[in-house]
Amino acid sequence: MRYVDEYRNKEIAQKILRQIKSISKKKINLMEVCGTHTVAIFRNGIRKILAPNINLISGPGCPVCVTPISYIDEIIALSKKGNFIITTFGDMMRVPGSTSTLEKEKSDGADIRIVYSTLDALKIAQDNSSKEVVFMGVGFETTSPTIASVVLKAQKEKIKNFSVLSVAKIMPPAMKILLEGKEVNIDGFICPGHVSAIIGSKPYNFITTQYKVPCVICGFEPLDILQSIYMLVKQIEDGRAEVEIQYERVVKPEGNKIALNKIKEVFKVIDSDWRGIGNISLSGLEIKDKYGKFNARKFEVEIEETKEPKGCRCGEVLRGVIIPPECSLFGKVCTPENPQGACMVSTEGTCAAYYKYN
Amino acid sequence: MCLAIPGKITKIFGDNTAEIEIGGIIKEVNLDLIPKVKIDDYVLLHAGFAIEVIDQEKALEIFRAWEGKVD
Repeated sequence: MRYVDEYRNKEIAQKILRQIKSISKKKINLMEVCGTHTVAIFRNGIRKILAPNINLISGPGCPVCVTPISYIDEIIALSKKGNFIITTFGDMMRVPGSTSTLEKEKSDGADIRIVYSTLDALKIAQDNSSKEVVFMGVGFETTSPTIASVVLKAQKEKIKNFSVLSVAKIMPPAMKILLEGKEVNIDGFICPGHVSAIIGSKPYNFITTQYKVPCVICGFEPLDILQSIYMLVKQIEDGRAEVEIQYERVVKPEGNKIALNKIKEVFKVIDSDWRGIGNISLSGLEIKDKYGKFNARKFEVEIEETKEPKGCRCGEVLRGVIIPPECSLFGKVCTPENPQGACMVSTEGTCAAYYKYN
Repeated sequence: MCLAIPGKITKIFGDNTAEIEIGGIIKEVNLDLIPKVKIDDYVLLHAGFAIEVIDQEKALEIFRAWEGKVD
């Protein structure tokens, strides 16, 4: 077992598909709220092989896409201060701010470096002790423990020139907002597998108890996704609403307690702005005052006035209200080469996935 | 951004790091989030950190559930 190819077995996939077809009667909308699922669903052609009564909708699952423009402006402002090195995951480089991108700033001379891990950012700080090194803390619960871990490491190793500009987010409150908004009818959630590896299954309980919407925590290979769809259809047809774990080889109901404790130690939960959705109560993570010296918001910067790209309908795409081709910019003015909104920049953005795979 | 890849632990070092093999490629991972791993465990690698151990028994359940199933 390598835990990859085995879950791409065609015969089993066909069996699951036939079972889905035989039990599925209602017309339903299932939403995935993880960008990695969005890409896996498109890459494997899963939307096309399902019966037409099962509609898959992409939600706000791409951290790059839900990051507000003002945050990009904030980090760009920091990059312009002398003596700063900005470190970031590669996906953020081309996201448009109000008037610039990190990529443009880098070509104009700012010291902006792509890293693969928070550990690499810390190493850059150790190697450049005369400079301030800021890491762009973008991500959901999968990534936030890795940020917490390096903050604790920086504290332990007394590294003074490392800090994080956090815009880390928590997924379940965004799912609540989508259900409350009622702009789109969601009959079931394909819940994020790796976020759930950290948080477990309990944070989704309110969705099944208060809103009676079934949830299945799903893995990322084609058989995982098909089985999760089968489990959701079965719940819907049986009239049940439960949180089930399809991705049992990885996700435990209680999650990863060590990772959760690190998040709890370093971060406090705050209200947070989501691009396209607005401010969501208790949906973001900020560095606690106790670790304030590692919070890049200790640096004063002047941030330009936020300008949204004209005509971009990223917000509605992120809420699952429209599909990308309904936006007049899609594929014409807005392409992966010349993206107008974040959903076309990130490889996990819904617009980029539609453009690449349709 | 929540991509995580399975890899097999081949060496464990004293400083809470390990070496894992992913399809023939060797990478170093940090074990801060799952310190109790053994050689030959499969773990999920996300941004330089191992975030969870794969339960090798539960991994087979999907095949047990579907392989013998007659439609």
